[in-house]
Amino acid sequence: MTPVQRTVTKTVIALIGMVCFTIALVPLYDVFCQITGLNGKVASQAQPIISEEVDTSRYVTVQFITRTGSGLPWRLEPLDRQVRVHPGQSYKVLFAFTNYGDEARRGRAVPSVSPSEASLHLRKVTCFCFQEQRLEAGEHLRLPVVFQLTTDLPESVHTVTLAYTLYPAANNPTLGERAMPAQGGDA
Amino acid sequence: MAPKLPPKAPLEHGNSITGGASAHEGEHHYRSGPLRWLLTTNHKEIGTLYLIFSLSMFMVGGIMALVVRLELFQPGLQMVQPEFFNQMTTMHGLIMIFGAVMPGFVGLANWMVPLQVGAPDMALPRLNNFSFWLLPIAFVLLLSTLLMPGGGPNFGWTSYAPLSTTYAPPSTTFFIFSLHMAGISSILGAINIIATILNLRAPGMRLMDMTLFVWTWLITAFLLIAVMPVLAGVLTMMLLDINFGTSFFNAAGGGDPVLFQHLFWFFGHPEVYIMILPAFGIVSVIVPTFARKPLFGYSSMVYATASIAVLSFTVWAHHMFSVGLPLVAELFFMYATMLIAVPTGVKVFNWIATLFRGSITFETAMLFALAFIVLFSIGGFSGLMLAIAPADFQYHDTYFVVAHFHYVLVPGAVFSIMAAVYYWLPKWTGHYPDERLGRWHFWLSVIGVNLLFFPMHFAGLAGMPRRIPDYALQFADFNMASSIGGFLFGFSQLLFIWVIVKCVRGGVKAPARSWDGATDLEWTVPSPAPLHTFETPPDMRRIES
Ligand code: HEM
Ligand SMILES: [Cu+2]
Repeated sequence: MTPVQRTVTKTVIALIGMVCFTIALVPLYDVFCQITGLNGKVASQAQPIISEEVDTSRYVTVQFITRTGSGLPWRLEPLDRQVRVHPGQSYKVLFAFTNYGDEARRGRAVPSVSPSEASLHLRKVTCFCFQEQRLEAGEHLRLPVVFQLTTDLPESVHTVTLAYTLYPAANNPTLGERAMPAQGGDA
Repeated sequence: MAPKLPPKAPLEHGNSITGGASAHEGEHHYRSGPLRWLLTTNHKEIGTLYLIFSLSMFMVGGIMALVVRLELFQPGLQMVQPEFFNQMTTMHGLIMIFGAVMPGFVGLANWMVPLQVGAPDMALPRLNNFSFWLLPIAFVLLLSTLLMPGGGPNFGWTSYAPLSTTYAPPSTTFFIFSLHMAGISSILGAINIIATILNLRAPGMRLMDMTLFVWTWLITAFLLIAVMPVLAGVLTMMLLDINFGTSFFNAAGGGDPVLFQHLFWFFGHPEVYIMILPAFGIVSVIVPTFARKPLFGYSSMVYATASIAVLSFTVWAHHMFSVGLPLVAELFFMYATMLIAVPTGVKVFNWIATLFRGSITFETAMLFALAFIVLFSIGGFSGLMLAIAPADFQYHDTYFVVAHFHYVLVPGAVFSIMAAVYYWLPKWTGHYPDERLGRWHFWLSVIGVNLLFFPMHFAGLAGMPRRIPDYALQFADFNMASSIGGFLFGFSQLLFIWVIVKCVRGGVKAPARSWDGATDLEWTVPSPAPLHTFETPPDMRRIES
């Protein structure tokens, strides 16, 4: 090999390395966020309640925010907008789904927690966000969320906000379900 | 301390080198007409093609900027629809970055790197031809999206998802394709430049003997290799999200729009240094020439460039302070960003120290280089203000950011390219550029550019958001001043074209060493530089005493 060929080979190897690195960045980001909770994502499956002593000396405010949009004629509303909780205790809150449209649709609520430091300390036993919802035209539905804040929630956190955004689920149900795990599905 | 270059020998035997070269010229049979330009593998011709392409894109992108400035001349909506306004801001950014500044620097590298390292051509001449011709194709495609149904890209050059995926116009697939092509062109160009610099240096020329223009381009080429794949990757993910139902950036499907921003800025921040490091190199060769002193702190310049390049990978999230990063990340990116100001400061210090007690003359090239030092520093300072995370919550997405990056890019990168053109025109054409016209061009540009961008600082600090076609009444005066400056700056560039055309056509004949204080290797070949130079490499081995 001539010196030029050698340099070019090395550069191309570095280039391929960067391409692989870029591809790896996506799963790395997901894993990083799962471990640290930095993007406010919470577990997408039910987690068991940890039985720990309730910290009655401490109150944390948990707020619920909902958003709809993206062409889904639904409304999602928290029946309790805000609750004061003790870390360690489990609580149940209700959300109301309404389909204002004139056809049955499937939708999914995607949760997000802020501050992100709290996302690993918010455990959900029951949540409508674990699966898609189907609402007939004009249907009204109340669904619960059962959650617990663990006692090791950082001292600095006094308020936790749980936000749900409603998205239409893909019309083709199999496609919609396949798209999720492809992404790590940690919504 | 850098050993001064080149040793006397090549200069004195300049005639014999070039005598060989011109004798050689007769042996080749050259195609004439357009095919010659289509098929050329000569680094000088390809360099010229790049520079002409860059200048035309500068004009096209400039017209788009003037559409924006015309709309913003007064509050309210007068000239264009908001949808079209958005396409203009987006296309302006894309064309100036990928079509004007980057190809401009690549063109200069094509012309000057082989001449400055004593190589007969680029290491891979045919690849060189291919990298150039990808560009016109890419940009014709990009511009054609403006005529497609739904219009061209309208989501800002940063193309944040989901604006650029879920809500994007149908032409976005073509936008992605054209940027892919421009990216491939940059990557191939970078490979070529690296191979040329590392393998084709004249015998005896050590790395630390190279000019700073060559050094900064070497480092820039490595940056390109490192981050262009990231851009390609993020564009491909957009493509998949749009056309193949994946959800990389789609929260509904489990993706994350913030991931887009992380990936984009991991490319984007090094990209801004890709646009400024060659400018540092240009200024570092022009200032010593017209100050008639060797560059102060040569090796510290090299190390500063290298450390800027390394640090540039650790600061990307300073563009994302307000997306909701955890506190530790805000602090990390804030301090890392401020750290970059240190090597940048070293450079400015060295330029000033080079000027100190020099016997300075103010040719147009030098004027642009001096304006670069002053005005680029203003951009650096506003960058430092933006780097303060808590303050950035106020500044982010306002005209303050627009003022910042235009100060570093226009009187920064663009002025450096103009300085380089004035500096090397005698070598390219054999004639000196018209100094009187050049001075007019310089002063009108400097006044225009400051009138255009300085008031944006105030509008931004007062809260005027960027990328909006209308604004509140209290910003009217600032915007009117900016628009007047914009038109002044824009139209002064016609003078630039005039100077270039005039210089190509004729003018005062320039000798091989066109500038009094010029010492680099390119000044040992005649002006205009013959098509083939350094076919026998100059011997740079110094006689060790
Ligand atoms: C001392 C050096 C610099 C510092 C500390 C700095 C800092 C920053 C920060 C913090 C931002 C983000 C502002 C925001 O969006 O809220 C920014 C934006 C930007 N900077 Fe710099 N910068 C520096 C030099 C440069 C240079 C040399 C260039 C290019 C040649 C550059 C080009 C840009 C661009 C293009 C943007 C805006 C990107 C966009 O949002 O469209 N900066 N800079
Ligand atoms: Cu940056």
